[in-house]
Amino acid sequence: MSDAKNTTPSNGSPGDVDEIFVEHPFRQFVVMYMRNYAAVAGLFVFVLIVGAALFAPLILDLDPFEMVDAPLLRPGEGGHLLGTDNLGRDLFVAIIYGARVTMAVGGAAAGITLVIGLTIGAMAGYYRGWVDEVLMRITEFFQVLPPLLLAMVLVALFSPTLETVAIAIGVVSWTGVARLARAEFLRLREQEFVKAARSIGARDRRIIWLVIMPNALPPLIVNAALTVGIAILFEAALSFLGLSDPNVMSWGKLIGDNRDYLLDAPWTITFPGVAIFLTVLSMSLIGDGLTDAFNPKLRER
Amino acid sequence: MSAPDNDVLLDVQHLKVHFQLPRKNIFAKASKVHAVDDVSFQVRRGTTLGIVGESGSGKTTTALAVMRLTPVTDGSMHLGDTDLVALEGEALRKTRSRMQIIFQDPYSSLNPRVRAGAIVREPMDLMNIGAPGDREGLVGELFKKVGLRPEQQALFPHQFSGGQRQRIGVARALATQPELVVCDEPVSALDVAIQAQILNLLRSLQAEFGLTYLFISHDLGVVQYMCDEIAVMYLGQIVEQADRISLFTEPLHPYTWALLSAVPSADPAVRDRADRVRLVGDPPSPIDPPPGCRFAGRCPFAEARCVAETPSLRTIRSGHAVACHLVSDDGVPPQRRR
Repeated sequence: MSDAKNTTPSNGSPGDVDEIFVEHPFRQFVVMYMRNYAAVAGLFVFVLIVGAALFAPLILDLDPFEMVDAPLLRPGEGGHLLGTDNLGRDLFVAIIYGARVTMAVGGAAAGITLVIGLTIGAMAGYYRGWVDEVLMRITEFFQVLPPLLLAMVLVALFSPTLETVAIAIGVVSWTGVARLARAEFLRLREQEFVKAARSIGARDRRIIWLVIMPNALPPLIVNAALTVGIAILFEAALSFLGLSDPNVMSWGKLIGDNRDYLLDAPWTITFPGVAIFLTVLSMSLIGDGLTDAFNPKLRER
Repeated sequence: MSAPDNDVLLDVQHLKVHFQLPRKNIFAKASKVHAVDDVSFQVRRGTTLGIVGESGSGKTTTALAVMRLTPVTDGSMHLGDTDLVALEGEALRKTRSRMQIIFQDPYSSLNPRVRAGAIVREPMDLMNIGAPGDREGLVGELFKKVGLRPEQQALFPHQFSGGQRQRIGVARALATQPELVVCDEPVSALDVAIQAQILNLLRSLQAEFGLTYLFISHDLGVVQYMCDEIAVMYLGQIVEQADRISLFTEPLHPYTWALLSAVPSADPAVRDRADRVRLVGDPPSPIDPPPGCRFAGRCPFAEARCVAETPSLRTIRSGHAVACHLVSDDGVPPQRRR
């Protein structure tokens, strides 16, 4: 927070060389983000979860599938922080290990979503005409299919590995990004700096990726943060339904495995549920913070 | 080919730019916006041709068509000996270095994510201007030429004022060492004091580099200051074309009169003159315009044949052409009836 105070813009003339660093867009961006406390909290939770997912297994060196005690122990009983599940596995260890899968699948699925969505949206918005017509009809085709059902079919058709799950989630959820990217491209392609780029000899590829894309990214990055949250929920839903790798521990799988004991041992479902909730919430808050940070209207002059 | 023709840098003949509108239903006839409808003009090397007209008259579309930034429906355009309409792909891209454009809005014409120096350097990299090692020096020189300090290269566009941004736009346009510079209302978005600075800059650069300008504006004062020749556009067509002196002293077309009358004046004698032409109403829609003179609906002198026949651009005397039935062949403008 003290960082924010040190970087308030100095009021020299625009020619001041010092000011170049103060007014650098990225710096301004960080300052704006830091002002949104909810977003900072979201980032904190997110970093905590990612840190746990990355480093805890290296330090603990445990097997989340190992049956360590009696089943369905309450939290704290027998030295197990969050209790044990229906097979006597330590719930805390399972959640820590599950974070890895959840994060990896969520991130990969969001990445696939972005790559497909950006490419299709950029092409449709930039070239317009029949390219736009064809690509948007394809997009609508994917939009009218029920996403969970389609993902289930894809995972069932191919082997239920983590890769398949990530790809399936990506394939069913790129349409929103494509529409958003198309809208941004349609708006930006009429801007004079795009015409200027063409008249100084830039080719289509350069205009799409180096001129329009960087200007189209802010709303798309916000959307990407939300996409990670949605992909995590999706992964949990698929694992809950048993359509994920049975040999890998994940939060959705924990909930699915323990759903029969909901009334006897509610903590076995509550704790993984809270983990999912916190992760998705943190992504949402980060998304909100990014919106604010990208919005120049909120920056003080 | 006669000798003066060699002087012509830009030759535009019968240029048409029509935009197809989407059909209202599959049985409806497709409508077209006649943004530019049969426009011809020439710009001599080293001179400035001004195009004036109100909003929607097709000035900017003409400029974009010349730059090949909007599709040309019909007509021919030549830059020197190069046929601009026929060019495609890589040949068109290379030819673009010979013509550059300065845009109206200095806020949207610079990419907000690129530093000022890189904006001016980019055309050199793309068009292979100068040796790669020299380009940094060239950019610095251009900054000085347009009145910016070379140290300001590291700044982003939002750190400059409107006038400074327009200077960056001018530097970018000059970076490819063009012959023709299309100025699309380059000062309309600027304060009056800054306008004068930019206009003077454009004039001194024209003298220094022998540039040829196609200057688009709606401001007659600016055009009078900048241009050697002036074409007046109304609804996609040129209604009068003349050198600066005759256009301002002996305007022939009623629309030109109206434009000149619309110039604000502090002098009561001018302001309250009886022959001031005040236009009422709005220009008709450029979508599928009817035949006849397009100005007829607003013209105080319009007769039956104005609605029936489309007037063509006639040369009344050397260098002065007008498209109006009511101007006599010896150059007597229409009289107010009764």
